[in-house]
Amino acid sequence: MNTTTTVTAAVPAVIPKASFDRKPVWLLLAVMALAFPAIGSASSWITLTVAGLAMGFIVFIIASGLTLVFGLMDVLNFGHGVFIALGAFMATTVMGGMAAFADQGGWQALLAIFCAMLAAMAVAGTLGLAFERVIVRPVYGLHLKQILITMGGMIVGEEIIKIIWGPLQIAMPLPEPLRGAYLIGDAAIEKYRLLASFIGACVFALLVWTLSRTKVGLLIRAGVQDREMVESLGYRIRRLFVGVFVAGSALAGLGGVMWGLYQQSVSPQIGAQVNVLIFIVIIIGGLGSTLGCFIGALLVGLMANYTGFLAPKVALFSNIALMVAILLWRPQGLYPVTNR
Amino acid sequence: MLDRILSHDRPRSRWLALALVVVFVALAVAPFVFPGVKALSVAAKALVFILLVASFDLLLGYTGIVSFAHTMFFGIGAYGVAIASTRMGPGFGAVITGTLLALAVSLVLSLVIGLFSLRVKAIFYAMITLAVASAFQTLASQLSDFTGGEDGLTFKNPELFSPSFEPFENPVLGLAVDGKVFTYYLLFAAVLLLFLALLRIVNSPFGRVLQAIRENDFRAEAIGFRTVVYRTWSNVLSAMFATLAGALLALWLRYVGPDTTLSFEIMLDILLIVVIGGMGTMYGAVIGAALFVLAQNYLQDLLRLGAGALEGVPVLSQLVSPDRWLLWLGVLFVLSVYHFPTGIVGRLRALALRHR
Repeated sequence: MNTTTTVTAAVPAVIPKASFDRKPVWLLLAVMALAFPAIGSASSWITLTVAGLAMGFIVFIIASGLTLVFGLMDVLNFGHGVFIALGAFMATTVMGGMAAFADQGGWQALLAIFCAMLAAMAVAGTLGLAFERVIVRPVYGLHLKQILITMGGMIVGEEIIKIIWGPLQIAMPLPEPLRGAYLIGDAAIEKYRLLASFIGACVFALLVWTLSRTKVGLLIRAGVQDREMVESLGYRIRRLFVGVFVAGSALAGLGGVMWGLYQQSVSPQIGAQVNVLIFIVIIIGGLGSTLGCFIGALLVGLMANYTGFLAPKVALFSNIALMVAILLWRPQGLYPVTNR
Repeated sequence: MLDRILSHDRPRSRWLALALVVVFVALAVAPFVFPGVKALSVAAKALVFILLVASFDLLLGYTGIVSFAHTMFFGIGAYGVAIASTRMGPGFGAVITGTLLALAVSLVLSLVIGLFSLRVKAIFYAMITLAVASAFQTLASQLSDFTGGEDGLTFKNPELFSPSFEPFENPVLGLAVDGKVFTYYLLFAAVLLLFLALLRIVNSPFGRVLQAIRENDFRAEAIGFRTVVYRTWSNVLSAMFATLAGALLALWLRYVGPDTTLSFEIMLDILLIVVIGGMGTMYGAVIGAALFVLAQNYLQDLLRLGAGALEGVPVLSQLVSPDRWLLWLGVLFVLSVYHFPTGIVGRLRALALRHR
């Protein structure tokens, strides 16, 4: 019975729109709409919404790799934070070297950030390859060991970062042309947040396109749904998984750059700090679901900014509260992945 | 007699027995043999960690649950004593009230978390506890009227345990006995008793069920044990013991702050100790904690020697710099998860079997 559904699912174009669950999207819009009267002024609302979306996009970039890796191979990488930290530190080096160049003007600044991102993605991706080989591969299917071993990987990775870049927090200033904000009416929109939203949207679009329009994406989605079936059709899911792991690590590196620029500083502990945030996001989204991760990240970003404005003390717990609320509504997350 | 005290769970290895005796004796006579403030606080820290790690082992090693909220319960115990002592003034009443209240809070919290999330997969529980623990840490540092915020709380112990309490005019066996020494022996006795209690728990029929759940929860359920109930109990018990460990730490330090009890670093330390010492063996906690605390305090000195010798060699001298001791423990951790998942204790027992 299960077989027939999978076989029909292999025929494209029929599946995706058939049963799209819109409720989480409405929830996202409802949160934005409800925040409006609570905040009161249109300009603050716009500022906060843009800030929240920018944060959400960054978080999504970081978390997307984690959720895909979990969905595909049932591996939860507690060491994901290392790639974030590595990307951010790589970027401090590259941007430190290009600082004089980046301050010349808008295009140069963008180019410097772009170079930093490329370097961060390359290094994080390479490390991801090694991490998969050395740390994760021997413990497939053993959850307890996975948690321990990836945690150990994070400890070692963090120490190595401390060896290379030193144990202290490093400032990561934005290039001169990207500082400041645009004023639209009374609403101040920081330039960097626009840039972050733009890059985040591009990554999301690219990811969605890859997942829904290419053969690799089809295989990944099929693998998340039913791994054994894909294997029995003759595809090497291990190889696919390595690719996803590397891509996820590279995305985490990219996210690290953006997170570092967002916070304007990086410290070796950044990985452990962001870990909690991204775990909350992927739990909210439903473990393994990309769309759920996206909506979850945006929700977390928006809530953090709205509550930060309305009740700063509460903002520290907004993520947890959000997670509990979502889990009470849908215990498996927003978009539960079937068969888990 | 000894067999009954150890709940018939013998070391089962001559070397392990020797190591345990060495640790026991060293801790028992520490104030008299190792003079100095640092040595005594190292010994006290080892005591607290033995209890803390043993209680975590009940959860991780015996039941197969990964929780990252263990430091939360540790912190609740410490804060319980500290808050009660600052509010009610120093005295045994405050310490006992604080401990009991902390135990109650831990009981409720662990029960709620357990019932809420132990029904699902191990990974899910690990993530939920990670999130809850970080929220709790934030809470503790935010409620500064109550917990002292980031600065923490400094408080006074009951008269008997305060450093200014000196009952004897002359030194006893070459040691000026003061309240600090009494506190140390309170810790020693408490940890010994609680450790033996834990040993009793894991070797009881209840403990056997926990191990069955660890090995195969589906089968355990099929035999007729309600795994959720057993898991929740294990969670609650382990939280209780962690709370007591926290209370003991607070008594020893006469200070409590987020960094000493709640921080994620301590959680990582606990994980390192459990895995290196040996999961699923209570003795692993003793050996692991003793080694770890020694390493934390003295490995740095050793590394400093190494760094001195390698002065000038660019990468190597960085690798052995005293600040990087955690790197080596991390590597050891990863290697032990792969190559000897039963840790030092399991290794020693396997050796003893082979020689037989």
